[in-house]
Amino acid sequence: MDILAYSAVELSAAIKAGKVTAVEAMEAVFARIDEKESTVNAYVTIDREQAFKTATITQEKIEKGELTGMLAGVPVAIKDNLCTEGIRTTCSSKILENFVPTFSAEAVLNLEKAGAVMIGKTNMDEFAMGSTTETSAYGVTRNPWNTDHVPGGSSGGSAAAVAAGECFFALGSDTGGSIRQPASFCGVVGLKPTYGTVSRYGLVAYGSSLDQIGPLTKNVADCAAVLEAIASHDTKDSTSVERKDTDFTTALIDDVKGMKIGIPRDYFGEGLDSEVKDAVFAAAKTLAAKGAVVEEFDLSLVEYAIPTYYTIAAAEASSNLERFDGIKYGYRAASYKGLHDMYKKTRSEGFGAEVKRRIMLGSFVLSSGYYDAYYLKALKVKAMIKKAFDEAFAKYDLILGPVAPTTAPKIGESLSDPLKMYLGDIYTISVNLAGLPGISLPCGIDTKGLPIGLQLIADSFQEKRLIQAAYTYEQTYSKEMR
Amino acid sequence: MAKQYETVIGLEVHVELATKTKIFCGCSTAFGGAPNTHTCPVCTGMPGSLPVLNKQVVNYAMAVGLATNCTITQYCKFDRKNYFYPDNPQNYQISQLYLPICRNGYVDIETSEGKKSVGIHEIHMEEDAGKLIHDEWEDCSLVDYNRSGVPLIEIVSEPDMRSAEEVIAYLEKLRMIVQYLGVSDCKLNEGSMRADVNLSVREVGAETFGTRTEMKNLNSFRAITHAIAGERERQIELLETGQQVTQETRRWDDTKEYSYAMRSKEDAQDYRYFPDPDLVPVYISDAWLQQVRDNQPEFREEKMARYKKEFDIPEYDIGIITDSKHLADLFEETVAICGQPKKVSNWLMGETLRLLKEKNMDPEDICFSPQNLARLIGLVDSKAVNSTVAKEIFEVMFAEDIDPEKYVEEKGLKTVNDEGALRKIIEEVIAANPQSVEDYRGGKQKAIGFLVGQTMKAMKGKADPGMVNKVLKELL
Repeated sequence: MDILAYSAVELSAAIKAGKVTAVEAMEAVFARIDEKESTVNAYVTIDREQAFKTATITQEKIEKGELTGMLAGVPVAIKDNLCTEGIRTTCSSKILENFVPTFSAEAVLNLEKAGAVMIGKTNMDEFAMGSTTETSAYGVTRNPWNTDHVPGGSSGGSAAAVAAGECFFALGSDTGGSIRQPASFCGVVGLKPTYGTVSRYGLVAYGSSLDQIGPLTKNVADCAAVLEAIASHDTKDSTSVERKDTDFTTALIDDVKGMKIGIPRDYFGEGLDSEVKDAVFAAAKTLAAKGAVVEEFDLSLVEYAIPTYYTIAAAEASSNLERFDGIKYGYRAASYKGLHDMYKKTRSEGFGAEVKRRIMLGSFVLSSGYYDAYYLKALKVKAMIKKAFDEAFAKYDLILGPVAPTTAPKIGESLSDPLKMYLGDIYTISVNLAGLPGISLPCGIDTKGLPIGLQLIADSFQEKRLIQAAYTYEQTYSKEMR
Repeated sequence: MAKQYETVIGLEVHVELATKTKIFCGCSTAFGGAPNTHTCPVCTGMPGSLPVLNKQVVNYAMAVGLATNCTITQYCKFDRKNYFYPDNPQNYQISQLYLPICRNGYVDIETSEGKKSVGIHEIHMEEDAGKLIHDEWEDCSLVDYNRSGVPLIEIVSEPDMRSAEEVIAYLEKLRMIVQYLGVSDCKLNEGSMRADVNLSVREVGAETFGTRTEMKNLNSFRAITHAIAGERERQIELLETGQQVTQETRRWDDTKEYSYAMRSKEDAQDYRYFPDPDLVPVYISDAWLQQVRDNQPEFREEKMARYKKEFDIPEYDIGIITDSKHLADLFEETVAICGQPKKVSNWLMGETLRLLKEKNMDPEDICFSPQNLARLIGLVDSKAVNSTVAKEIFEVMFAEDIDPEKYVEEKGLKTVNDEGALRKIIEEVIAANPQSVEDYRGGKQKAIGFLVGQTMKAMKGKADPGMVNKVLKELL
């Protein structure tokens, strides 16, 4: 069997059964990387030597029975905003071009413990700010389905790497849709967990109150297995939550009988591509046919999500990115006169246009005289959005809708009109504002041959419901597609 | 007639808390480590690191708040104060603006003008910054993050003080409270207590405040007193010559006794404060608050009242002893061992204070133990040593906390109580000093003093002066 056709969990099972070795799996991945990477550009940094070294050690441990987990021996790609000890972590920014962390992110350590083997660091929008992976300082990533198109973003490198078979699964981060939207554009599964489920320690912060790390995988079963591995209560992260229900793979059940699913009418209004709309409705019908109770409802405040998100995320980002100043690590301007000139030149040269735009926006909404009118008001709206979801989840187990208004745009189409690009986040960002879990999974292909994503949203800590419904849908969908 | 001016002063006092670890990470707060050795990813602002609050800081801040009659904010938050400077690794300081932990308190002070209350506007928790060191030789700046993340509280007073004397009384009072709580060393000159002075002047009887300035870099009571006098004069002169006081931050130069403007209100920074999303709000339950309340120590006023009741020592002594928590503890512990408050008090009031002054030390620096002081008192009581020898022993004990009993044994300092041996020596002294003997016999009572002295000298001080007197009188 072609090794690359395995899912992550299947591969690990095959390795443990002695059918294939972790080193052979790594060889297959690198053969694919050699073939595709020059076009796709999914990675910023690849450490081939280290990957094979770790694969060899991992194989020995598996043979000795020391590693038995569901991901043991599986090659993984890590988004480049997750710190990796000894391996440079750039956030796809020039300002961190030579930054090598002294420690690894908690989620990365959890994967190491599970026996997954890191291939390298994936490309992203600079500091996770963008929806196309075009704002990277290290070149655009191309959508493996059609290389004229973007892979989405900001975790575009991770999604493209999974879709192209350049890894078996990947980690991404999601502040306003950055896992779910690229998963949708690249035809893979992506999950943003409930805020606090995965430790943020070692994730270079963008919008701290919204950021969550999550999996990008080939299918729902892998998604559950990866989430199970990375979810942990971490005392190093004050916002980390202690959960006892992280056995997510127990929710891989093909059954949605009696599950109540709400479809917000507000998600199907103007701006939604008709092909996307049809595919998402078809998915809802499939779930209804499997026994789910599906109905439409009005989710209020949808139109306020975008301004609220861009106020809060930009405010936090403007402060989070202050530490990149050329003093302690990273890029420093070559010539300058005095401290303030050094700050100015370093940051002017080190940050890209989109990052600067959000720093300015964030600094503005926090500045004296505007704080109440913008930032504080945004926090109030955020609380109201959460309340609107609470009301919805009093009636429904899940909310179903599209991930993005369209399929992947062409490279170069988005950045000229940032406001339009921001509007593309409309269906994903309220999930972050409310701290909820959301999953994106494939539900069709449009006439351009590009994948369409289906989004399911659950109440806080209800990932198992998401996984069960997604898994059930995937069973039917996969059969149709094959 | 010349206008009469009143000085209006409010203080911002930073107190470094004596926790073992920093406010948001597990690094040591100890002084004197090699540069950047008490650091980790959190206190050096590495990407991806996150702060976790040290609960002890909350306990200490609450204790100070309760001692200064504040209301405790049971739901409080940390905010980020954003500004770029290399001593601040994240380029924001984690502090409290919107919901500080303590508010609306007061302390009572006493000056030559009488008693008064000084309001506490708020107390908030925050982190200290690192230290910049400019290398003149290499012409570069170096930064040491050992102090970065050391916990501080900032105690902000109301503008209730009217003179340097009140300011000093207020600071003394705060120092006393903080010291009694044991939450800080509170040393002005070492920077563990720092005061910024906000000062304005107005005509006596005026309803509104004048424009204020803030003075920084005041690291002694002397500097504070001089800076207040200087700034009052400067502002009055501006007003008298028809000029206006500019709202600005000024830096006091203690050697030149002059302050100069650091920055004015126009170029004041916008700190863009907002709640730190990396930290969860601090919820202080009633039980937690009660626990801190129950653990509050006996403060000075209560201690003084109790001493007056329990111990027969002068009020003046009580005042001095309770002026330092360490001295008071030493007193009580020694009394508990030997049961002689008067004698313990005498050692503290006499020799201890004398040596402290001589060596320019604070009572907190005293190293000898209550056990050893009790032993020394025992040696004197049993007449094993006389008072002169006891003072010599005390001096050694003060320096190195030696066990006086062992010391006496080792050095052979025990008083000779063998009357036969003493008699022999005295006979020799009488023989050697016929003139004095004659004077004494001639009625000059004073002459015996000289003979006692000669005897003590011959005995190398190890004689009981009472016995020497007695034997001398017999032989004469």
